[in-house]
Amino acid sequence: MREEWASFKEGIWEKEINVRDFIQKNYTPYDGDDSFLAGPTERTKELWAQVMELSRQEREKGGVLDMDTKIISTITSHGPGYLDKDKETIVGFQTDKPFKRSLQPYGGIRMAIKACEDNGYHVDPQVVEFFTKHRKTHNDGVFDAYTPEMRACRSSHIITGLPDAYGRGRIIGDYRRVALYGVDRLIEDKQHQKDTTRTIMYSDVTREREELSEQIKALKELKELGQIYGYDISRPAKNVQEAIQWLYFGYLAAIKEQNGAAMSLGRTSTFIDIYAERDLQNGTFTEEQIQEFVDHFIMKLRLVKFARTPEYNALFSGDPTWVTESIGGMGIDGRHMVTKMSYRYLHTLSNLGTAPEPNLTVLWSTRLPQNFKRFCAKTSIESSSIQYENDDLMRVTHGDDYAIACCVSSMRVGKEMQFFGARANLAKCLLYAINGGVDEVSKKQVGPKYRPVTSEYLDYDEVMDKFHDMMKWLAGVYVNALNIIHYMHDKYCYERLQMALHDKKITRWFATGIAGLSVVADSLSAIKYAKVKTVRDENGIVVDYEVEGDFPKYGNDDDRVDEIAYDIVHDFMAYVKGNHTYRGGVPTTSILTITSNVVYGKNTGSTPDGRKGGQPFAPGANPMHHRDCHGAVASLASVSKLPFRDAQDGISNTFSIIPGALGKDDAILFDDISFELEPDCACCEPNASLDEE
Amino acid sequence: MKLSPEHSMKECKTGRIHSLESFGTVDGPGIRFVVFFQGCPMRCQYCHNPDTWEVHAGTEMTVREILDMYDKNRHFYKNGGITATGGEPLLQMDFLTELFTEAKKEGIHTCLDTSGIMYRQERQEEYGRLFAVTDLVLLDIKHSDPRGHLSLTSQKQDHILEFLHALELANVPVVIRHVVVPGITDKEEELRGLGRIIGTLRNLKGLEVLPYHTMGVSKYESLGIEYPLKGLESMDKQDAKKAREIILNEIRRVRRGRKE
Repeated sequence: MREEWASFKEGIWEKEINVRDFIQKNYTPYDGDDSFLAGPTERTKELWAQVMELSRQEREKGGVLDMDTKIISTITSHGPGYLDKDKETIVGFQTDKPFKRSLQPYGGIRMAIKACEDNGYHVDPQVVEFFTKHRKTHNDGVFDAYTPEMRACRSSHIITGLPDAYGRGRIIGDYRRVALYGVDRLIEDKQHQKDTTRTIMYSDVTREREELSEQIKALKELKELGQIYGYDISRPAKNVQEAIQWLYFGYLAAIKEQNGAAMSLGRTSTFIDIYAERDLQNGTFTEEQIQEFVDHFIMKLRLVKFARTPEYNALFSGDPTWVTESIGGMGIDGRHMVTKMSYRYLHTLSNLGTAPEPNLTVLWSTRLPQNFKRFCAKTSIESSSIQYENDDLMRVTHGDDYAIACCVSSMRVGKEMQFFGARANLAKCLLYAINGGVDEVSKKQVGPKYRPVTSEYLDYDEVMDKFHDMMKWLAGVYVNALNIIHYMHDKYCYERLQMALHDKKITRWFATGIAGLSVVADSLSAIKYAKVKTVRDENGIVVDYEVEGDFPKYGNDDDRVDEIAYDIVHDFMAYVKGNHTYRGGVPTTSILTITSNVVYGKNTGSTPDGRKGGQPFAPGANPMHHRDCHGAVASLASVSKLPFRDAQDGISNTFSIIPGALGKDDAILFDDISFELEPDCACCEPNASLDEE
Repeated sequence: MKLSPEHSMKECKTGRIHSLESFGTVDGPGIRFVVFFQGCPMRCQYCHNPDTWEVHAGTEMTVREILDMYDKNRHFYKNGGITATGGEPLLQMDFLTELFTEAKKEGIHTCLDTSGIMYRQERQEEYGRLFAVTDLVLLDIKHSDPRGHLSLTSQKQDHILEFLHALELANVPVVIRHVVVPGITDKEEELRGLGRIIGTLRNLKGLEVLPYHTMGVSKYESLGIEYPLKGLESMDKQDAKKAREIILNEIRRVRRGRKE
């Protein structure tokens, strides 16, 4: 056994690249409480104060402090960058200094130029010329291949947010491999993969060989990145500080080359904990030191920055990087996967204060240890910064070593990746069904010239029939546009480092998405259970609707409308599946317009549920605003009826609640006062359990 | 004010329901399915649900319909249960008893949030049947002084005290609720009076002192009713805590006296 692995329990992970096996053999589930945690060190406080000052300067400058306009970002493009070299225990920035955004034109030179211009910077003319004349970008490739119909769908916003001008993201490299194996071993493994490809050069074999070569080059550059900061990461990490640093170098290399829509971290805490446990036992580091490493690591993740345009930020409501880290969950052997490191990661929210990034996501199971549940609840109350996802649901498909990319996309780390697919606007699709493919805003013929609805009042069966035809058409255009996008992204903006941290044989999820689900469900319910009158313009195009009477609304646990929502998801997914997908991608869909629902609503005319043109959709799978009137459980129950099998890429429900509505914060029962009372009856036990799902 | 006639439920097995809340966290232990009964004889000046007063409004629902909605999401309520509130649930005594009886058959924890105003000693038997299927009563004592009670709620206090006594005899666990309204129910003597009323109760399980708030005001506006406490500002939570301490001290005093 290698010396770096001394005292680790051996397993198949030594023979093959298999991080999950290493974790399962070596991790220590932790059932205790949070009393072991250490606060921030002086160094941590000083560094964070420096970050806060830089953040202030950045805000004052209008959101961007500095941008690189000349050096194309690669893994090794920039010299070392520090906040304060002597204080940082985990190092590395995307460029030569913190808060300086890198130049990444491979997704699209136009976007790179615009991101600079909008922030008052100008890309070096030579760079512009090079990426216009000599080197094609992903964006150019896509538009060379798009059909006129795809372009029309795109500009009328029936298909929106497509990753055709920027990095697609949503791929999680298994950055833990860098720490566990060291880069040399990973190169060796990739070289072996290359040596054992098929030998008849079909185009896919040729592509595979080229990609493997690219991956090997990226790994070699990764080693160089380590050297730039004075580390030899060709060998495995030998303690927890190195493990975090090695892992972070892997991630840093990825974000130096990819400005993806979501650049998530994976599931690293329980892996790192194995090193921490060993170091604690050997007396290598103290708890304070280990927490300091974690604090500094999380600090780095908070400072991930990309050059983006105001439009991009409008679509995603802010400047998100989606550095999602998945924490906890259950192992398939029945042991929970909560470790002390799960606590330490979450504890950064208290040591450094709250922050939206990294997107700390707890994989929630009813079987997580009670102490951890309490700690999560406490930290959530204090920080409002933890995301929760249902491990009991996802573990069934993905096992116990999956992670979340972006907000809800689950994938097994290093074994599955996703082709990100934005979403189709089904509310607009319904309007196209009614208007025979004519866009209700631009009045252009965008969809196929199917027969429109001509009656004054809408008939449910007729509308449903036409809606199905239109969904089928839309699914076809949509999937094929994505086929082009992912072909071109692989060709011109390949994620070579991230894919180098994947197995050779991988599952590719072909992600699609749905926007406006609750609008469509309520609209169809209105047509079915109330009377909906059409209002037409001078050309007979329906531009508004008048609803007469009441109708069941999605979000009230009412099966009459919840079934409609179910059917829409199921039917649309069936149409998606009916199409060829690039590279054998397995179709999935998501219902998760967490932030872009406003933009989608803005570009969609009035709908038969009474929503007026331009008004926002509800986010994700949420019921429409103010239409759920039976409280949270009923609202959530409607959402929970949606078929997860059809929407495996995730269903999101954005839910906010005032603290007072979650229960009393002070005791009203007499368990605190000694009275001469009969023993408390069970019925009066305060609600202490967190087992509620 | 004349007492509204009790809504007759003898023939029809439906109740008049104002609304349902599937995520109740403040009316009894745990997460609860809260049934707001329509109709109330009280006219508490600070009432924040004036839309539940009218006896003939609301939606008619059967016990089965309500329990079906509960059952669909019963895993949410495993540490909670069902709470009947309103309005005044005791206005629909038969329906309430049937609801709780059926709920108990399914092992659901039942909680009644009431003012107790409808209680009459001559109907002891009926109440006995209800008590047998009630796990917890949240009894809202509006004012400890009889005159204060009449002016605050438009109803006399006597029946409420009788109700309290009946609950003790039947040994139904009770949590007392008291809303502290500045200038009306925040005087030390009033609070101590409450401590004396509830101090000796053997079935007393808790005391909840709620600060007056103005969240109901907009409902008055939309109903076109003059808000009786216009201009009165919400009470600070800390003041409610102090009020609770005064009541608790009085309870302690009463209990010590009884021991001696």
